Amino acid sequence: MSTDALPALPVLKAADFASDQDVRWCPGCGDYSILAQMKKMLPSLGIPPHQIVFVSGIGCSSRFPYYMNTYGMHSIHGRAPAIATGVKVANPDLSVWVITGDGDALSIGGNHLLHAIRRNLDINIVLFNNQIYGLTKGQYSPTSPLGKVTKSTPFGSVDNPLSPLSVAIGAEATFVARSIDVNIKHLSETLRRAAEHRGTSFVEVYQNCNIFNDKAFEYLTDRNTKADTTLEVEHGKPMIFGKNRDKGIRLNGITPEVVELGKGISEDDLLFHDEKLEEPTLAYLLSRMRHPEFPVPIGVMRYVERPIFEQRLHAQIDEAVKKRGDGDLNKLFQSGETWTVA
Amino acid sequence: MGTQKQVVKLDAATVRFCGDSGDGMQLAGTQLTTTSAIVGNDVATFPDFPAEIRAPRGTLAGVSGFQIHFASKEIYTPGDEVDALVAMNPAALKTNLEGLIPGGLLIVNAEAFDKKGLEQAHYAKNPLEDGSLDSYKLISVEMTKITREAVAELGLGQKDADRCRNFFAMGLVFWLYDRPLDPTLRFIENKFGKRPDVAEANRKVLKAGFHYGETTEAMPNQYIVDRAALPPGIYRSIMGNQAAAWGLIAASKLSGHEIFYGTYPITPASDILHELAKHKNFGVMTFQAEDEIAAVTSTIGAAFAGKMGVTGSSGPGIALKGEGLGLAVMMELPLIVINVQRGGPSTGLPTKTEQADLLQSMFGRNGECPMPIIAAQSPVDCFYVILEAWKIATRYMTPVFVLTDGYLANGSEPWQVPDVADLEKIDVKHPGPLSNGDEFQPYARDERLARPWALPGTPGLVHRVGGLEKQNITGNVNYEAMNHQEMVDLRAKKVADIAKELPPQTVEGPDKGKLLVLSWGGTYGSCRTAVRHMLARGESVAHAHLRYMNPMPANLGELLKQYDNVLIPELNKGQLRLLIRGEYLVDAKGFNKVQGKPFTVSELIEAFGKYL
Ligand SMILES: Cc1ncc(C[n+]2csc(CCOP(=O)(O)OP(=O)(O)O)c2C)c(N)n1
Ligand code: SF4
Ligand SMILES: [Mg+2]
Repeated sequence: MSTDALPALPVLKAADFASDQDVRWCPGCGDYSILAQMKKMLPSLGIPPHQIVFVSGIGCSSRFPYYMNTYGMHSIHGRAPAIATGVKVANPDLSVWVITGDGDALSIGGNHLLHAIRRNLDINIVLFNNQIYGLTKGQYSPTSPLGKVTKSTPFGSVDNPLSPLSVAIGAEATFVARSIDVNIKHLSETLRRAAEHRGTSFVEVYQNCNIFNDKAFEYLTDRNTKADTTLEVEHGKPMIFGKNRDKGIRLNGITPEVVELGKGISEDDLLFHDEKLEEPTLAYLLSRMRHPEFPVPIGVMRYVERPIFEQRLHAQIDEAVKKRGDGDLNKLFQSGETWTVA
Repeated sequence: MGTQKQVVKLDAATVRFCGDSGDGMQLAGTQLTTTSAIVGNDVATFPDFPAEIRAPRGTLAGVSGFQIHFASKEIYTPGDEVDALVAMNPAALKTNLEGLIPGGLLIVNAEAFDKKGLEQAHYAKNPLEDGSLDSYKLISVEMTKITREAVAELGLGQKDADRCRNFFAMGLVFWLYDRPLDPTLRFIENKFGKRPDVAEANRKVLKAGFHYGETTEAMPNQYIVDRAALPPGIYRSIMGNQAAAWGLIAASKLSGHEIFYGTYPITPASDILHELAKHKNFGVMTFQAEDEIAAVTSTIGAAFAGKMGVTGSSGPGIALKGEGLGLAVMMELPLIVINVQRGGPSTGLPTKTEQADLLQSMFGRNGECPMPIIAAQSPVDCFYVILEAWKIATRYMTPVFVLTDGYLANGSEPWQVPDVADLEKIDVKHPGPLSNGDEFQPYARDERLARPWALPGTPGLVHRVGGLEKQNITGNVNYEAMNHQEMVDLRAKKVADIAKELPPQTVEGPDKGKLLVLSWGGTYGSCRTAVRHMLARGESVAHAHLRYMNPMPANLGELLKQYDNVLIPELNKGQLRLLIRGEYLVDAKGFNKVQGKPFTVSELIEAFGKYL
């Protein structure tokens, strides 16, 4: 739908994107921060609220659409990527966002996540990863670390966790990024770039569930440790981290390693980030770097452009219309063998 | 020239082609169907194929059949019994002989009855020689030899040559029933035009078959079946799935809403996808999803965004869609859900027909989750039920089930093509933009209790929908006790009230009497034929065929009480019977069959007779 005919829109503020519904997350939940950054970032896109649709599944995180003054659908567990696919194909002019949790996206909805990503629709998927099932009160999730003690794993979980970013890259993602709920500037900028990217943008946000998995990411948010545990990647820049910016990531064969700068190692010896690489090898390598062996990368790891599903789908329709003309029912009914009874 | 042949006039004839899946029997059947329709007969068909794509050649598991019934009067079924059976190999003979009438014509491909062929069909002795076929008119033809001879001069490989054998069988049957070859010659030209040698071979073999009939002394009679007195108009032959697809395209045009068809391949529903995918110039969006859950939920997304959302599947896929359909009911979005029923449970009988998903459509979702259900009664009717379903879906803002079945989906019949100008427009409204300040109420209701279909992209109408219980009018999440009671009641009433706008249930036959036969769905043809037969004998029997399964027509309860007995024949264990008994407290009886096959008229007549 075109908005050309409408009068110029007033400049929007974060408040314009807030719905009148009471937010019902637990006080202190990381979801609040993500909501706030989303509302702050959206005005910068210049898209009016009525052109935006938030689709979510089920989980604490999936309550998100109720709090946005946009079109929205709080759907069923795991299916948001499929619903968003239908919305986007039906109306490619809409800005479509999927809000999902680690259980929603990677357990019950794993299949849809894979396929939405590989199709490369022009949508944005934001996964709130709290490494726990929040809404069902604290069972382990597909991203909970091995051995995690939760209500459903009193003796520790025996499931191997997966990395959402590795999954996305394996599914041919064209945009993958990670950010952290409390890292507000970084989060806002990451969401903005996700919105700007054409194709499926996949953003993992580390989110604290202070009720069932408190401090799961403390090592990344604690003022004293975060500089040493976080690697903020930037396109074209060397991979440097540490309080004194004296550590870096170097490639040893095809394996990354942490090195100290100085002592004969200079910036030029380090890996330089390149989010535009056609092959996803570097992004994949970043997605595998885990605490405590490595600093945890945040930022945009992959940003490439590929043909977009809904555009190809509509191009086929346009092509068919061009070749055969607008569908004519009478012609269709009388195609092939017909006969007349007098 | 051959001997002088006797020409015998018939009202109707039933022919069955059967052979290996690779023998082209479906093609032979389709050609005879089209040709018979073109010469003006009424026609009904029953294709019957194995679940395996290519079971080992010559085996019993690999037999594929196609039955066609053509007549100079109106007919509704593909025929109980076969007048002429063409069997291309021993396995086909073994699995199909049962249907042939005593004294019927049995045409076999002689060379296939060799040691290997007989073994594969588990024949201890050659049935062509042991006298076991004496009660039929056996015509054993060396089809392979004649076919090879006919194409000898074209220099085709033996494999290509042998592949033309089905055209020999066609030619022979065409002669037997005095059918013109032109439509098939045109078909050959269209289909094989790019390979002139193959086209020419098929032409030659077709004619060789025809000529064989003319000259062989083994076939002393030729039969003619005159044209039927059909209403004047333009006709075509159409299969159920094709009719459903065209119904969707028509409903899309008539309502000005493009189709989004979200689906996952499954027999026997896939042909709807295949057909729709051909017609993109109607703005059709087909989406082959990763599974049926994505199929229905993507469709829900498209419906939310304003498209004509349609999802189609068969029983196992419908089972997966259950949760999504509940969401559509809760969000009150229009949707068409097509279930081309097949034998169940589980994977069941993928290529065979059954009517055992009625209760699944009624109740196969959690919570109080009513959905309207309409069932098609014939291949052509698959077109019209879709138009009705879309009208109901959009008027009442609800997902609607359309039930067809494998028998309708693959069966074909002549269709008097409507003039598009005569088809009723489907009026669909969306609220327009609101300016700042005016509040939009997404769950406000009209006189039919339908909420507005507000489309994303419209200024001033932003709203959220979802699966949590809604507050009426505002659409906000609401968990209060009395609100839930109100909303459950409201959703139930909305669907129940559709009955007010449905045409009353009609009956054929007396409006009171000893027996009412109440049928639904794809058994219409056999039930109608059986009841007519009995009416002609002066029996006190009537037939009501139910189209609206939920809600049922308002007068149905009264109507049922006018008969001493109500008998419900169904291809299941009594699903409609359960609903009828529960709804109307009528002691309805059942006649139930679950063999993956339609009813025969004769078994129905026998069953009905017990109540007279
Ligand atoms: C079909 C289905 N199965 C199970 C549930 C129960 N359930 C609701 S949310 C949830 C897990 C949510 O975890 P996550 O996606 O990580 O979201 P969070 O609450 O942590 O934000 C489960 C299992 C459901 N709603 N639907
Ligand atoms: S349970 Fe955890 S994730 Fe859910 S709202 Fe509370 S703090 Fe947030
Ligand atoms: Mg979670």
